[in-house]
Amino acid sequence: MAKQPVDYEALLSSVEASFPMVQILDKDGKIVNEDIMPDLSDDELVELMRRMVWSRVLHDRSMALARQGRLGFYAPTMGQEASQLASHFAFKKQDWFYPGYRDVPQLIQHGLPVSQAFLWSRGHVEGNNYPDDLHAIPPQIIIGAQFIQAMGNAVGQKMAKKEDEVTFTYTGDGGSSQGDVYEGMNFAGRYKAPVVFFIQNNGYAISTPREKQSAAMTLAQKSAAAGIPGIQVDGMDPLAVYAVTKQARDWAVAGNGPVLIETITSRFGPHSTSGDDPTRYREQDSFDYWEQRDPLIRFRKFLEEKGLWSEKQEEELIEKTKEEIKQAAKEADQAPKMLISDFLKNMYQEPGQNIKEQIEKYEAKESK
Amino acid sequence: MANLTMIQAITEALDQEMARDEKVLIFGEDVGKNGGVFRATQGLFDKYGEDRVSDTPLAESGIGGMAFGLAVQGFRPVMEIQFFGFVFEVMDSIVGQMARTSYRMGGKLNLPAVVRSPFGGGVHTPEMHADSLEGLMAQSPGLKVVIPSNPYDAKGLLTSAIRDEDPVVFLEHMKLYRSFRDEVPEEQYTVPLGKANVSKEGSDVTVVAYGYMVREALKAAEELEKDDVSVEVIDLRTVSPIDYETVVKSVEKTGRMVMVQEAQRQAGVGNTVISEVSQRAILSLEAPIGFVTAPDTVYPFGQVENIWLPSAKDITEAIKETVEF
Ligand SMILES: Cc1ncc(C[n+]2csc(CCOP(=O)(O)OP(=O)(O)O)c2C)c(N)n1
Ligand SMILES: [Mg+2]
Repeated sequence: MAKQPVDYEALLSSVEASFPMVQILDKDGKIVNEDIMPDLSDDELVELMRRMVWSRVLHDRSMALARQGRLGFYAPTMGQEASQLASHFAFKKQDWFYPGYRDVPQLIQHGLPVSQAFLWSRGHVEGNNYPDDLHAIPPQIIIGAQFIQAMGNAVGQKMAKKEDEVTFTYTGDGGSSQGDVYEGMNFAGRYKAPVVFFIQNNGYAISTPREKQSAAMTLAQKSAAAGIPGIQVDGMDPLAVYAVTKQARDWAVAGNGPVLIETITSRFGPHSTSGDDPTRYREQDSFDYWEQRDPLIRFRKFLEEKGLWSEKQEEELIEKTKEEIKQAAKEADQAPKMLISDFLKNMYQEPGQNIKEQIEKYEAKESK
Repeated sequence: MANLTMIQAITEALDQEMARDEKVLIFGEDVGKNGGVFRATQGLFDKYGEDRVSDTPLAESGIGGMAFGLAVQGFRPVMEIQFFGFVFEVMDSIVGQMARTSYRMGGKLNLPAVVRSPFGGGVHTPEMHADSLEGLMAQSPGLKVVIPSNPYDAKGLLTSAIRDEDPVVFLEHMKLYRSFRDEVPEEQYTVPLGKANVSKEGSDVTVVAYGYMVREALKAAEELEKDDVSVEVIDLRTVSPIDYETVVKSVEKTGRMVMVQEAQRQAGVGNTVISEVSQRAILSLEAPIGFVTAPDTVYPFGQVENIWLPSAKDITEAIKETVEF
């Protein structure tokens, strides 16, 4: 038999080899890759830990509020603290953020008051009345749409010659299957737009496991077809997530175009608070495996070893955060009642006859 | 006969049709092991295996293209869009491609695909999950668009939809899924597509509705019985093609009509019905046609959806206005 033109097996394994997983801290908080240790001061390391603990508390309290019927839609974040907060830690206030529905912690860190995050969850438009210096669009529900929009945003930043400013956005392992995700990366590569794309691979899209999404061995390799760098990182390792994100941002700011980062992470609980039961599709083993890799455990160990963190410190922070969140929920309760006439007024800058007539009709009803 | 919720009736229709015809395939996001986010496909993965009931990658456009190609290969694809608010991701496959195939192929190739999807307001879903987008579908020649209002119809209409030779969009109002039960025959049966149903007979005014609004219309009708207003309620069942014959016959009898839809007022199914009735039965009308709809805004998920949505109270008011004209 004649030799085949191409060795497919070799081709496939060479792709896999090109996307190794970057790690700095192993699951026990030991440094395994000193060479790429990010340049963070002790204060910054502590601040990163504080944000991750804060996020865990936000998660716990949000779950409780949801149970009490005091939140609307909520997508749990427990397990994804390093993937979310350590990546966000590498961006600057002026950077533009296009979050997915699960990215509320980063959005708050970027400047959204907690009370407004709660209002968004409840479907109150006041939740989207962003402070002027918050460079972000409300969380995206349509999976993948944030990738193409973030790309456009970054093309705009480039055209406007914004210096030291990028766009960053997140989707999930499920989201990586959307055509929009590829289109976003491909356009951004073509325009050399300063955008950092994240795929938070938490193993599941609702019930659908990662391996049912794609035959690709990594999701990071999806970057290759767009001609942009793609990196796979241990998403439970805050130092590695921070380091690869910092590099990606620097690369984008320098005019080299976009980067894709796949964080390997896990959600410890249900998909959302709308009745998902993970035991229907996920074995206990999987929870056990990932809980041992909890980003808080490993970062706590690392910091305690350095004498930068203590149980007492963590407890104080937890109490303080709980109180903050309690206040925010109260504040959200005070938001004015929404009126249909206001929705009608917000529909257009220059409304037509139908809207004008309906404003009259609803105002009459509402004044009764 | 069994006493089933609408979601159970839907599962039964899928199950029995899969058993009857091995060409029927179900696929979509989380329809396999998880049985769908509303459990519409509960148990089917275990019973028929992954080849026939499969979780797809998360990409509606891909799901639509897969349905198209499978139909060309002689299968009967029943694809699920997890929530109809995500239909925009697959508009081309449904409206641009499936709907046009029979025409493009000179009638020689048909596309017997079913697009199943939950929609509708009042159940506290997140943003982009609840919109009534049937008007977008009904506006597209080449599609049939079916919206059941109760468990009995759901089973019979879905069975017809799967057996139908054309692409059918089958929309399931989430508020109907578990809110009440109906006697549903255990054996298979069909309810014909394109035929409206007189849900309640009456002589003073005709109320035309579909989907969940049929329930609200029936409530309004019951309320008005007390005032001696006799309301006839017509359930369109299929919003494309629409059964004007049944509607016009009723309007000729009552001389008055109120159209009800959950969707916004602008350019929808109701406007089409009103337009046709005006052309076909204007001389039978003794009052302007009433029209109950949501206002022309984006669907306000969460807190105020129930104020925004049309209700029995709005329908009652509109009927009174028409009757007292
Ligand atoms: C276009 C679109 N299709 C489907 C959904 C419904 N949906 C919400 S979350 C989800 C799974 C997403 O999984 P993944 O991308 O892995 O993100 P994760 O939820 O795990 O963070 C699905 C199918 C949606 N919101 N948008
Ligand atoms: Mg996921």
